[in-house]
Amino acid sequence: MLTETLESQSTFPTRNSEPRPEHPPEVPLAIHDLTVAYHRKPVLWDIELNIPEGKLVGIVGPNGAGKSTLLKACLDLVPRTSGWAHIYGKPYRKNRQRVAYVPQRESVDWDFPVNALDVVAMGAYRRLGWFRRVNKAETARAMAALEQVGIAHLAKRQISQLSGGQQQRVFLARALMQDADLYLMDEPFAAVDAATEEAIVALLRRLSDQGKTCLVVHHDLATVTTYFDWIVLINMRVVAAGPVNETFTRDNLQKTYGGKLSLLEKAAEALRSSPH
Amino acid sequence: MPEWNDILEVLLLQNYNTRLVVLSTTLLGIAAGLVGSFLLLRKRSLMGDALSHATLPGVAIAFAVMVSFGGTGKSLPGLLLGATLSGIAGIATMLLIRHTTRLRDDVAMGFVLSVFFGVGVASLRMVQNMPGASSAGLESFIYGKTASMVHTDFVIIAIVAAISSLISILFLKEFLLLCFDDGFAASQGWPTLFLDVLLLTLVTAVTVIGLQSVGLILVIAFLITPPTAARFWTQDLMPMLLISAFIGGVSGWIGASLSALTPQLPAGAVIVIVAAMLFLISMLFAPVRGVIPRMLRHSQLRRKVDRQHLLRAAYEILEVQAGGKAVVNVPFPLAALLEKRSWTPLQLRRILKIAKREDHLEPATPGMIRLSESGFGEASRATRNHRLWETYLIQYADIAPSHVDRDADMVEHILGAKLVRELEDYLSSHDLALPVPPSPHALTPAKTS
Repeated sequence: MLTETLESQSTFPTRNSEPRPEHPPEVPLAIHDLTVAYHRKPVLWDIELNIPEGKLVGIVGPNGAGKSTLLKACLDLVPRTSGWAHIYGKPYRKNRQRVAYVPQRESVDWDFPVNALDVVAMGAYRRLGWFRRVNKAETARAMAALEQVGIAHLAKRQISQLSGGQQQRVFLARALMQDADLYLMDEPFAAVDAATEEAIVALLRRLSDQGKTCLVVHHDLATVTTYFDWIVLINMRVVAAGPVNETFTRDNLQKTYGGKLSLLEKAAEALRSSPH
Repeated sequence: MPEWNDILEVLLLQNYNTRLVVLSTTLLGIAAGLVGSFLLLRKRSLMGDALSHATLPGVAIAFAVMVSFGGTGKSLPGLLLGATLSGIAGIATMLLIRHTTRLRDDVAMGFVLSVFFGVGVASLRMVQNMPGASSAGLESFIYGKTASMVHTDFVIIAIVAAISSLISILFLKEFLLLCFDDGFAASQGWPTLFLDVLLLTLVTAVTVIGLQSVGLILVIAFLITPPTAARFWTQDLMPMLLISAFIGGVSGWIGASLSALTPQLPAGAVIVIVAAMLFLISMLFAPVRGVIPRMLRHSQLRRKVDRQHLLRAAYEILEVQAGGKAVVNVPFPLAALLEKRSWTPLQLRRILKIAKREDHLEPATPGMIRLSESGFGEASRATRNHRLWETYLIQYADIAPSHVDRDADMVEHILGAKLVRELEDYLSSHDLALPVPPSPHALTPAKTS
């Protein structure tokens, strides 16, 4: 963990560091030739991906397919073995202010001595810079963000006393504080209640109506067609990427999930019941 | 036993040398309380322990170097510099093991702790035999000894403690982010490596100035006990830091005073015992997270739940007896209550006793139960709340009515008056409100025995 930031920053500016002409500079996220390996074992291979602007994009694939790693590699959180990921035409470290990241809920210890409002205010830390404390204006923005996810009344509650769904909403509110254009969310729907799921979907829709782009790691095949406009199917490599109605096909799912038939059956049901 | 006058003299810092010792240990305690809070929240407590043990070889080597350059070898700044360097070497070794091998963290820490400490003990023995110097007193770095402190020592300790405290307050926001969510911090461009190194530097600083008074074995307790105790008193970071600094300062002050009164007691041990007592008090009695207040709250809730279950059961029995007509408060058999819920006769007797104490029951013939006027009112209210909630659940959530009863049993006791009013409003706007709404699912008929 300690050296990760350094290593990733030292990723050497190769000839590739300027965006290739084949994608327009305003693509929210362009990934080229991305490979990530942990302990010499590749997790992601030769990822090529252009995410279009203003779309709700789901990333779907089996466990261990590298979905979370893909987000982390875009954010310089894991070292890239090769390739690059550009945010609106620039490396991430030059365009951080346009990206908001929602980590997996289990990635932090929720029995921590802070309340919901404190966590949401963390979304303003970058804006505030070194040493400056959270001021009134930022507190007001944090309250507004909590309002948007529907838990403003829990602002002063210690975070361990929130339900899983409420904790997830706190994380989303923190991302809203960043006022970004591209939102990278790691399993926001994992183990949340129905009301939270609904609130998150509504929030995603609102963001997309404002022209924001959301990239969401998702595991529930049954809801893919209703939640997302666009889909990326990955299993260490990109199996398929494109609009949901063209890409979310039985054939592609077979390629992504292999022989896991129970999952395929579920997906087939989802396909039958979907309007597409 | 020390005389009362001696005690007063020490506690009020009347003697010059005692004043130095007590003040510097207090400052050290405050710094340890602040820095230790972040060490604890970063979940690096064990790393602090390995660090303090890794300082010992540095003490011995610094002594040897100073002696060979013709000094006495007893200069504190020199010894502390040696301790710092070898502490840093310990951390570096730990990080090296972590990043170049796939060994787990605890293995790396255990390795560094024991190997450095072993090397330290061996080198202390060796430097003791060096010609031209007596190393007597160096061993006090292991267990801590305050008696030998002089004015310059005090100045060093006070300055380092003050700077460490200031830095931990200055970097409050950054440390908070690092400790809570380092991945998010890194994604935001915060230099997490720098912040981690800064935090460990503060820990090293506090450890090193604590060596003389507390000793390297016990200094970790001085870093960890105050914040752990403080956590019982609050759910917020700022109060936690203040309470932790306070507990650290008080333990340092009382511990150093006690040790000054009875010189055969090593200061480090006394300080840690005082801190542990404060920890014990916090763990047992702190109102926010303490064990006893939590138990009291739990038993209070249980009594409340029991009472409401009793009243509702009574009301439903009366309702069945009334057979659709207005429910009236009449005596009914005790046996009916037992059938209603899963109470044992013993439990029921205990619950009835509580209800009697609260004037919910009136004397009745043996084997019969009669609610008092207020008990009957409470019973109809509890039943009404319960049914409001059930209706609410059925209306709003996709919970099958057959599952509602159990959920409602637990939730209704947390329902406040405000929410109840909201439910009533909702129900009245839907023509559902009744003084006592009928149960939305069929009541389980009392079992016939």
